[in-house]
Amino acid sequence: METMEKIYAGINVDCNEEGYLTNLDQWNTAVGLEIAKNEGIGMTDKHWEVIAYLQDQYKKEIPLSIRKVGKSGVVSIKEFYELFPNGPLKISSKIAGIPKPVSCI
Amino acid sequence: MKELLILGAGTSGTMMANHLVKKLPKKEWTVSIVDQYKTHYYQPGFLFLPFDIYKEDQVKKVGKKFIPKGVNYIQKKIEKILPEANKVELEDETLNYDVLIIATGSKIAPQETEGLLGPLWRKDIFDFYTFEGALALRNKLRAWEGGKMVIHITEMPIKCPVAPLEFTFLADSYFREKGMRDKVDITYVTPLSGAFTKPTCTKALNYLLEEKDIKIKTDFAIMEVDNDQKQIVDYVDKAIPFDLLITIPTNMGDAVIERSGMGDDLNFVPTNKHTLQSKAHQNIFVIGDATNVPASKAGSVAHFEAETLADNIVLFTKGYKLKEEFDGHANCFIETGGNKALLIDFNYEQEPVHGTFPFAKVGPLKLLKESVFNHWGKLAFRWIYWNMLLKAIPIPFVGRNMSFKGKIFDIKSD
Repeated sequence: METMEKIYAGINVDCNEEGYLTNLDQWNTAVGLEIAKNEGIGMTDKHWEVIAYLQDQYKKEIPLSIRKVGKSGVVSIKEFYELFPNGPLKISSKIAGIPKPVSCI
Repeated sequence: MKELLILGAGTSGTMMANHLVKKLPKKEWTVSIVDQYKTHYYQPGFLFLPFDIYKEDQVKKVGKKFIPKGVNYIQKKIEKILPEANKVELEDETLNYDVLIIATGSKIAPQETEGLLGPLWRKDIFDFYTFEGALALRNKLRAWEGGKMVIHITEMPIKCPVAPLEFTFLADSYFREKGMRDKVDITYVTPLSGAFTKPTCTKALNYLLEEKDIKIKTDFAIMEVDNDQKQIVDYVDKAIPFDLLITIPTNMGDAVIERSGMGDDLNFVPTNKHTLQSKAHQNIFVIGDATNVPASKAGSVAHFEAETLADNIVLFTKGYKLKEEFDGHANCFIETGGNKALLIDFNYEQEPVHGTFPFAKVGPLKLLKESVFNHWGKLAFRWIYWNMLLKAIPIPFVGRNMSFKGKIFDIKSD
């Protein structure tokens, strides 16, 4: 996978070709906020709760799906779509600094 | 005598029985294996059944034939695992163990999607991840006169993650051969953001979708099947109509894992991704589809896991530290239709790339490129499965860990 450097909120971070961070240690809230702005998402406390949940699952190497997020107790699936319209998991993953869900190919 | 107990006699369980009967001293250890079913299926063959490429008897055999002499084979239902007591309850007896291997696999759970098991199930809605489902689909396709075919994935993880794409490619060939491709509209629907999600694979393989006129709908998370309107609907009321739906329902680990309180919300058992020891109990190991490791759920992965796990079981029984060896290695053929296939070889860290396998330059198999030779490789694999893989006979020149030999890193970003 090709990595390149991008600057979010004045911080150099390593990203893949699609702008997903390749190292969660480089993430902070300011970085997340700027990625969210680029995606057209205005962040609220509820948005950040979801981000925290995604990062926690990622650190535990637990694969994510929309249904799983909906069963997490943090948001319902309908809420998830309202918070991050049009592909909620791929957008919220980008904001959270974790890879988007992928398959083997 | 100490007891080593294997739960499940599918691909993983059978391989482990064959490994361990050779490696554990007979004077100290009894190896037992339990499965409720008499039949052992060659699951990669289910892809070919709907298209009349394989016949029924090529994909199933009596499972007991592959359990070696010296292993105690028990055909009974497993009710519950009691890890704190080192016991397993079967339908009519309780077994004790010193070491347990969970090889209970994964299966489709169509009941998890509203409306899937409705009036259209196995009439206009099919799966091919079960023997019965693949046969029902075969019978449907033999007589089908065309319309909107939708191939759909519910959610990840699924076992054999490329199979839905292979099915799509084979369907295109099947209808071309029948002279009716123009009567069929094929759409591939995925919850992921593309048919391919790795940049190398997108660049190397996207032409297949265009060439075969396959429409793609991405980011689709199914909420329910509308049986009246014959469409699948997502959580924001996006609807995709179908005449014939081939779906891969949610995949879950065996119900015994849930009954035993040992799995996550999909019934997969938390497992160390390098040693294959269970995270909750030192004397329990997990292999194949039953684990929650981030490797693909595939037979080749189980084969590579088995080689590491066999060594680690021996180390564990002797009180030594386990090897943190398994690297998520997978080696999988992908049918692309028209008697061609490609081969991908990857692991936890390294995505599929170009090259040759297993030897640099000489190959003879090509990585990430279509070839007829690769297709014969996939078909030949059925023989290798029944005669070598299950019997824990090593495949020459193919190691348990992914090798960089022969790999060519020439797919660059634009």
